[in-house]
Amino acid sequence: MDEKKTAWERLQIVHTKGRPTVRDYIPLIFTDFYEMHGDRLYGDDKAVIGGVARLDNRPVTVIGIVKGRDITENKECNFAMPHPEGYRKALRLARQAEKFHRPIVCLIDTPGAFCGIAAEERGQGEAIAKNIAEFMTLRTPIISIVLGEGGSGGALALGVCDELAVLQNASYSVLSPRGFASILWKDASREQEACEIMRTTAEDLVHLGVAEAIIEEPLGGAHNDLDKISENIKEYLSCIISKKCEKDIDVLLKERYTKFRKIGEFSE
Amino acid sequence: MLEDFFKVVKKRFNDDEEEKTPVFKCPRCQTAVPMPRYEELHRVCPACNYHGRLSAAERIGITVDKESFHEFDADMKSGDPIDFPDYTEKQEALREETGLNDAVVTGTALIKGSPVVIGVMDSRYMMGSMGSVVGEKIARAFEYAADNNLPVVMFTCSGGARMQEGIVSLMQMAKTSGAVKLHSDKGGLYITVLTDPTTGGVTASFASLGDVIIAEPKILIGFAGRRVIESTIKQRLPEDFQLAEFMLDKGFIDMIVERRKMRSVLSHLLKLHGYNKKEV
Repeated sequence: MDEKKTAWERLQIVHTKGRPTVRDYIPLIFTDFYEMHGDRLYGDDKAVIGGVARLDNRPVTVIGIVKGRDITENKECNFAMPHPEGYRKALRLARQAEKFHRPIVCLIDTPGAFCGIAAEERGQGEAIAKNIAEFMTLRTPIISIVLGEGGSGGALALGVCDELAVLQNASYSVLSPRGFASILWKDASREQEACEIMRTTAEDLVHLGVAEAIIEEPLGGAHNDLDKISENIKEYLSCIISKKCEKDIDVLLKERYTKFRKIGEFSE
Repeated sequence: MLEDFFKVVKKRFNDDEEEKTPVFKCPRCQTAVPMPRYEELHRVCPACNYHGRLSAAERIGITVDKESFHEFDADMKSGDPIDFPDYTEKQEALREETGLNDAVVTGTALIKGSPVVIGVMDSRYMMGSMGSVVGEKIARAFEYAADNNLPVVMFTCSGGARMQEGIVSLMQMAKTSGAVKLHSDKGGLYITVLTDPTTGGVTASFASLGDVIIAEPKILIGFAGRRVIESTIKQRLPEDFQLAEFMLDKGFIDMIVERRKMRSVLSHLLKLHGYNKKEV
């Protein structure tokens, strides 16, 4: 694994045109994928994709935040920035998974939740908060993977899980480096500097207790070998889901609570 | 020379206003109110009813029974999880200035005799942002309430996640929401009181999870900030966008309650949920 790349260099890899998206991965990792639509409350947000599928032979629920591969797809999926109905669709499918005792796989790749009038009017904050709280106690194993960008609360809405894995070049952060620089220094052009001090690389995330696993990417990045990276993700998922499914569900839930409960640094 | 000219104009302009009394300028209606009058009204604008910001101590003072507040974790101080430049120094200066150790004060208290766990955020400390300490204190407050069958009343006021703690601050959203869920699943009542402003990661976590959500009039409630939205959609937002009244209309809060009635409304709601006067 090439660990010498800086956070900024990795971000450039993540932003490389042709980096695989959720739509590229699903057929290579799962079989029998049936997509389900809508939140049953307002509409169907194309930034969030979800449905049932098989992983090896086991039925699972797959929920992902999807980037477009070109401008047409990106317009349709709003550049992977969900509205509240996207998060509510995710929660609906997650509850369905709990009902039918299927493990949940969340695939995260988003700059963040959409910031706009409609999103605020329909309760972006409430939708994210509800997902975070409800995922904490869903009585089925949840594995989340950050594929590229994990942007803020919009990523955390699919990030409450039993184990979080991060692709080698992916990042997970409280805000984009650009937004971070603009808020803290009132100067968005200092984004590269922000990127380096934010501690958002896969190794940082493991070190901070946010992620548990790093999935290795092919040399130069995931876009160089889609089959290989899909195989790596699949191998990780098969192994971790079998492991989590063997656990007593109450033990699993206690561990999930503790995983988040212990993150933080303070003295008293 | 031009500078001198401006100095004279500025001086004359200033002389026109009340010279020594400090003035509060309402951010909603721009009315200038003499500070003593504004403070007498518990920081409510007499012209438009905007409910301004209170310190945690002021809020506790007007909300709970005298001498009934017992603070939790008063000495808890934040670490520096991502070694952010000047974070430790900045906090030391703020501690000196505000007398607070971080942006939330939690503890137990009585409201007209009913025992509660109460949390009050304070915007003077890094805009009430949520980092390790805010997350930990709020999680502990809900866990304590769950263990002791107590209701929780939380006054929120925050700019969101604390950037200086990076991803660790984001995780506090999960920590606090998990503790709210734990308390809720045990049947505990959680009343959120949104105060000015409640935004970002706090809106997207424990602030939106109350069984009853109250807001003070005219205050700002939202996920994304106004400027962020305006720069995303490249248009000006309506004046009332994200105000409490707007959020009530959209269905995200239960009621708007004026500050002078808050203590009494909280007391009634607590009793309606069976949390009666503690029998001594």
